[in-house]
Amino acid sequence: MPSPDLIHEVERQLTVCNACRYCEGYCAVFPAMELRRTFDEEDVIHLANLCFDCRACYNACPYTPPHDYAINIPQVMAEVRVETYREYATPGFLSRLFQGNTAVVALVALVSVLIVFGSVLALQGGDVVFDDLTEEGSFYRVIPYTAMILPALLLSGWWLVALAIGGVRFWRATNARAGQLIDARSFLRASKDAFGLEYLKGGGDGCDYPGPAKSNARRWLHHALVWGVLLDLVSTTVAAVYHNFLGDDAPYAYLSIPVVTGTAGGVLIVVGGLGLLWLKRVQDMDPANRRMLALDYAFLLLLLLTSATGLVLLAGRETVAAGTLLTVHLGIVAALYLALPYGKFAHVVYRYAALIRHHIEMEREAGKMLG
Amino acid sequence: MKPAYDVVVAGGGNAALCATMEATRGGATVLILEAAPKYLRGGNSRHTRNCRYMHDGPEFNLVGTYGEDEFFADLLQVTGGETNEELARMTIRASKDLGSWIEGNGVRWQGPLKGTLQLSRTNAFFLGGGKALVNAYYEEIERLGVDVCYEAEVCDIVPGEAGAMSVAYEAAGVTQTVPAGAVVVASGGFEANIEWLAENWGEAAQNFAIRGTAYNKGRSMSALMDRGAKAIGSPREFHSIAVDARGPQFDGGIVTRLDTVPFGIVVNKEGLRFSDEGVDFWPKRYASWGGLIAQQPGQVAFSLLDAKMANEFMPSLYPPMEAQSIPELARAMELDPEVVTETVARFNEAVVDGTYDPTALDGCRTEGLEIAKSHWARRIDTPPFMAYPLRTGITFSYRCLAVDERARVLASNGGAIPGVFAAGEAMAGNILGRGYLAGFGMTIGSVFGRIAGREAAKHALA
Repeated sequence: MPSPDLIHEVERQLTVCNACRYCEGYCAVFPAMELRRTFDEEDVIHLANLCFDCRACYNACPYTPPHDYAINIPQVMAEVRVETYREYATPGFLSRLFQGNTAVVALVALVSVLIVFGSVLALQGGDVVFDDLTEEGSFYRVIPYTAMILPALLLSGWWLVALAIGGVRFWRATNARAGQLIDARSFLRASKDAFGLEYLKGGGDGCDYPGPAKSNARRWLHHALVWGVLLDLVSTTVAAVYHNFLGDDAPYAYLSIPVVTGTAGGVLIVVGGLGLLWLKRVQDMDPANRRMLALDYAFLLLLLLTSATGLVLLAGRETVAAGTLLTVHLGIVAALYLALPYGKFAHVVYRYAALIRHHIEMEREAGKMLG
Repeated sequence: MKPAYDVVVAGGGNAALCATMEATRGGATVLILEAAPKYLRGGNSRHTRNCRYMHDGPEFNLVGTYGEDEFFADLLQVTGGETNEELARMTIRASKDLGSWIEGNGVRWQGPLKGTLQLSRTNAFFLGGGKALVNAYYEEIERLGVDVCYEAEVCDIVPGEAGAMSVAYEAAGVTQTVPAGAVVVASGGFEANIEWLAENWGEAAQNFAIRGTAYNKGRSMSALMDRGAKAIGSPREFHSIAVDARGPQFDGGIVTRLDTVPFGIVVNKEGLRFSDEGVDFWPKRYASWGGLIAQQPGQVAFSLLDAKMANEFMPSLYPPMEAQSIPELARAMELDPEVVTETVARFNEAVVDGTYDPTALDGCRTEGLEIAKSHWARRIDTPPFMAYPLRTGITFSYRCLAVDERARVLASNGGAIPGVFAAGEAMAGNILGRGYLAGFGMTIGSVFGRIAGREAAKHALA
């Protein structure tokens, strides 16, 4: 639960904003704010998760520190989101463990690599680890198919369930009914906002990120990251089809669909991830939130490592290091899946839910005005 | 002495920035001397939101047409004739290309919001408001390679022919002089100079809130007046509105204004009503309440409402004082409970029943009171009762430098002072001698800023 002090601080700031409203053209947060006169916990959580941290409002605001009103919406909204991610993820002890703790994420990554590596070494012997992976089915000589697919399915189920539970808890906390989720029009509008990264446009010319000048860099890099992940999802899915239905085993040819989409996705993730890391390093820290930044770094680094080890594996699969590379890559993937529901990735769920709720609200309001 | 810069601009708000862009594009080197530190740059422009300009048809997010005659008629109405028709009409005509010019310099217009049908015909709104406009202009100026000196307050301007002209400014407590080919005075009015206000208002000046920048001290204006520039406009009058008395002395901006007056009643420190709260729609009346409160003892007043009226106005920055009874509310306001109770009781008795309609000049009024409430009069009888303390919030002052249509500063003994130009609030009183027309300050600032910049560059490069 965000602390009462934090809720009170957001309420204080939004009361100033609601008496001003100059920023209403920038994003969804301010039109949603204008539907309210007071801000309790559910409003604060909803509005915070609508915020894309584009920072246009921060630089347009005449009341930012050192003004007495000390308005800093991007920073305080990020603080609430960090609390949202911690609060709604399940189970609670893992959520607390991972929260903002880059060291723990790194440790988990290292341990899972060692576990995979150790298991393979112990069960399959050193020969397969220190060998190339060129012939069909050789991946499964290192790790038998069942040993690879079972943990993968379990871990995928893990993060999917953990995030779904988080989403339901979040939806309930913002006092919306489950049935409202099935609102096709609001869902489509929310999807358009989410996939278009609508509110990183800063109302047109881009957001005030990394500095006060308008830029679309963050939006394009984020697009690269998202489409990279989706391409990798395509790659994995096609590979599963090949394996299960066509009897065609990994590794696949360089020009096969799994390798081409996987490589393209990996490259996009590396480009997007490195770019976003760079922007974070040079960003204006005044509207930034350090706790959120820690989550950002942990998630981006893990995602980058996943792609980088995957790409290195592809490049080195004809060398004797291939077995090692495969185990390292799978270890990193395991760590990524484990940490997924407790870090930055959770924003996908909460922001989507907040956007759907926003469009439901706006539609209701438009109906009121016409009626 | 060779001028260090062709043009020196005093000030760092909209007018100053417009002048800078035009002068630079006219081939001049420009130095901006802005009194405020960087994070407070932009003068009163940072608190503005829109610009009024003439247009022949729909453009950007403006609908319909807004022609010269209608524009001028609007101006005539608010100023009661205290305008220079020639300058005013010139400004209106010159405003015609402002929409594309402003956008061309990096400002974005706010589109109509989803779900609302409010489209404006007369005023175009800056996306993000005035500070976003100021930021966009500074970005453009940086691209143009202009030098900007913050925390540098112009304190004197020595006019003269090329080579003899200079500007003195104070920075970090030290007075420095910079030779200039021409000077543009665009450093606002003097409403933040409490000492000057006190010359006309005495101790009352301490009780006024200054809604905008704390840096509008009027020093470059007064230095020029001391050197023979012609002053225009009343030194006592200013544009003001009712703001929440709990707001800061400076820079409260838009958020401290209160729109509660027409819904309830307003009493002064003595617990008595002093003006008709429902003469006309609030947008037409809000600007008169600053002056009305300035005339009251202690320059304070209290807007009294009951539970029925709680959601009729824009959300307020500060919460209202609340009480279950009128005497209790009076004590919260530190007013005499008996007098306030009597005032409310007399008002309630005088209310004539009618159909309340906040969107029309309705029939809800009082009868038999010395000071009537003409519309929207409803009994104050439903607890909890609420009160907002009000004080005078000054938006801008009227006294300024007299100019001609080329933005040249005029001398009191006739003719123009060579090389000295003015724009923005430093000359707005020529056109707007009284009252206010929403978004017109930005029109004058933009039009005269551009003229001053072009003329100054021409003068310096001639």
